[in-house]
This record gives sequence, C-alpha cells and structure tokens, in this order.
Amino acid sequence: MIRFLTQFGRYVLLLKKVFSKPEKRVVYYKQTMREFVNLGLTSIGIIAIISFFMGAVITLQTAYNTENPIYPKYLIGLGCRDSMILEFSSTIAALILAGKVGSNIAAEIGTMRVTEQIDALEIMGINSASYLILPKLIATLLFNPILTLIAIIVGIFGGGIAGTLAGVITTENFIYGIQYAFIPYYITYSLIKTVVFAFIITSVSAFQGYYVEGGSLEVGRASTKAVVFSSVLILLFNVILTQLLLS
Amino acid sequence: MISVKNLNKSFNGKPVLKDISVTFETGKTNLIIGRSGSGKTVLLKSIVGLHEVESGEIWFEDTLFNKLHFKDKKKIRSEMGMLFQGSALFDSLTVEQNVRFPLDMFADKSSEEKEERVNFCLKRVNIINANKLYPAELSGGMKKRVAIARAIALNPKYLFCDEPNSGLDPITAILIDELIKELTEEYSMTTIVNTHDMNSVMEIGEKIIFISDGIKNWEGNKDEILTSDCESLNDFVFANALAKKLRSTAN
Repeated sequence: MIRFLTQFGRYVLLLKKVFSKPEKRVVYYKQTMREFVNLGLTSIGIIAIISFFMGAVITLQTAYNTENPIYPKYLIGLGCRDSMILEFSSTIAALILAGKVGSNIAAEIGTMRVTEQIDALEIMGINSASYLILPKLIATLLFNPILTLIAIIVGIFGGGIAGTLAGVITTENFIYGIQYAFIPYYITYSLIKTVVFAFIITSVSAFQGYYVEGGSLEVGRASTKAVVFSSVLILLFNVILTQLLLS
Repeated sequence: MISVKNLNKSFNGKPVLKDISVTFETGKTNLIIGRSGSGKTVLLKSIVGLHEVESGEIWFEDTLFNKLHFKDKKKIRSEMGMLFQGSALFDSLTVEQNVRFPLDMFADKSSEEKEERVNFCLKRVNIINANKLYPAELSGGMKKRVAIARAIALNPKYLFCDEPNSGLDPITAILIDELIKELTEEYSMTTIVNTHDMNSVMEIGEKIIFISDGIKNWEGNKDEILTSDCESLNDFVFANALAKKLRSTAN
C-alpha cells in the first residue's frame, strides 16, 4: 500500500512538472508537431487494418447468431455500428495503442534517462518532464479522437464488405441497419472515453520511462509495465466512464 | 570559481561523499580523480545539481547554488556546459540540431546568427561535413567533440566533463584533452573534469583532487602528484606496470 501511494505521489508530482509553463513555446510547438507524426500518423495503418477486420468479424458473428427469421436482417448492420462506436473504436483501439504507443513512449524516455540525455536537458535548465511529455500528451489527446473516428468508419466499412461478400446481408439492409435508431451521443461517449484513455496511455507510459534506473534491461521492463498498467487502467476507467456516461 | 564546502551525499543510507570541501579555480582545468566507484561522478553531478545533497554548500561565485529553487537555478544553469560520459547527444536530432538546441531554447538570436554560431562551434571542435549526420552515424570521438560543441554553444562560464576519454583510443583521448584545455583558457571557464586516466592527469591537470571511498584524500597539481606521500594516491597513480617500472627506475 505504501509503495502504491509513493508511486502515485511521484506520478502526481511528475504531472505537476509536465504542466508547468513551457520554456519556449516555438520549440514546444515543433516538438508537438513531431509527436503528431510519431504517435498519431504512424498509428493510422494499424488502427485501420484491425478495425476493418474487427468490423468484418462482428458482422459475420452477428449474422450467424441471428439466423432466426424473426430478427430483421438490418440488425446485423446496427450491431456492427454500435459495437464499433461503443466499444471497439475507443476501448479496444486504446488497448492496441497502449501496446504500440505506450511501449514506444516508455522505451524512448527510458533510453533517454539511462543514456543521460534527460540529465543533459536538466543541465541546460530545461524542465525535462515538460519538454518530453507535454508534446506527447497534446499530440495523443488531439489525435486519438481522430483515430477513433477512423476506426468507426473503417470498421463499419469492413463489416459491410464482409457481410456482402459472405452473402449474409445485402448492401441495402446493411446501410439501413447502420442508420437505424442512431444515437449521436454514442459518438460523444466514445470520444470522451478516447481522450481519457489517451491521457492514461501517455502519462502512465511516460511515468514508467521517466523514472527508469539502470540499463537496457530496466528500459525493457519499463516498457512492459507501461503496457500492462495502461491496459489495466483503461479497462478500469472503461467501467467507470460507462457507468457515469450511459447510466 | 566554484566552491564546495562540507559536502555529504548518500544513497539509501550508504554514504558516497563524506565531508568534501574544495575550490575549483577559474581559467583552470580542475581534475577530480579516483578509482571507479570512488564518488567522482556523484560529486560532479552534485555540483551541477543533478543530485540533491544531504548537507554542505555549493557556491558558484557568490551564489549558494544548492539552496536555490529550480527556477532560480536556471540562470546559473544557462552558464553551464556539460560533457557526459556517453556524450548524451539527442538521438532524434542531427549534429547541427544538437548544437543548435541550447541556442533555440535560450538564445535571443536570429536563425542566421544561430546557424553561424553552430558552424563556428562545430569548426572549433574540428567537426567538418557532419552537420546532417545523426549521433548513431558518428564515431565515439566525434560524438564527444559534438557534445563539447553543444556544451560551448552558449559561451558557458562553467564546463563539466564526466570521463571525457572513456572508450576512446589514446590519440583521440589526447585530442579531446587538448581541446578541453584550449577551450578553458580561450573562454576563461571554470572547468571540472572527472577522470581516472593518468594521461589526462599529466596532460591537463592544473589542479587535481583525489577521491577515495568518498573522501578527499589529496589536493595538488600534476607536478606534485608524482612525489606525493599519500599512500592511496600512489596506489592509484602507479597502478599500471609501466608506471611501476618508471618509478623503480627513477628510484
């Protein structure tokens, strides 16, 4: 318990350092643009591929489980849409990003720590926590919602293609299904979850990397811890946010 | 001038620096020597503020540095340059961007002036045609020289070098030593070098302190070091076979 409280205290203190006033806004702006590319743009591919196939599988599974004639066919499209919006695009995509982006952040900052690059920043009088972590936070908080929207669109598209090719639903029925009883608030719910998850992934992973002591072995361990802790927190906050936002 | 008074530092209750007091003089290359694990790097990192000390005072001229708040330390830190053991160049930046980094953060200069300063610093450390290379593409000696160029980019008053020769061949090591000494004299800096390389000691040691088990055991210069009667210092200085042979010949 004491260990947990100590770590939590260090995490809060790190965040306090991260959100202090930047030394030079222009340099931070450039760094943020770099992080948009490193953490955001390079994640589009994996999110698009996984979303496409998840959408396809959701459609096929829904179709095979609703073969009873009393269920209208368009429910398959509706099921695909709601699964993608409510759970996949935010939670599952966040778990995937915790693996890709989280390990990347922990490894990058951890390596900078053990190779004294963070010390070099401190010597220059730069707030290293803010310089290294704030641009990553801004980039993921702004870009992950875009990834969520991409996941929704590509996933539903993948569902439509798979459903049509497998012959389990017609294109017309699928399109009718994805328009049927649409609740726009679900998108808001999904985007709120995405922003919270983006904060968890970036801050927890950066925390793990920033306080690494030792060498490459410890950097590897920090990357693993970053993914594990981020994933557990994402699942925990998924329950809390669902209760708060949908109840 | 940098003065350290009664400095104590420990890790997890284990004392690493014990009551160290020393003055490092301006315009001179001051050396901290000692065996691996003797506390040299901890002393250097304590002086620059990377380690919090338990007790003692660290003075930069007439400012008590270790009692300042992080924000107030910035002014003095902007006057510091440091060469780390592993160079600590930023992997994601090119040679040119590495040297330009402190200028971008702190200098109030136009882009052209910054570029001019970067080229001057790189030329000063004999790095030519490598502006666009990344640290991973450089040799160990080149990395050290680029790190020196970055350290002097803002015309520092204080230069700190942690094991500048580690991992370098003897000829490159001598070149790095000479460069540090030249720059110290040229810019009239207070330079502190951590080393266990006896060649460096004999080449550039204008003021030397010897640390053993966290205690300052000896203080002097390169001319006095060979005739000292400090036993632990003699064990260190005459550790290798060549030094032992020379000593017995001299005796």
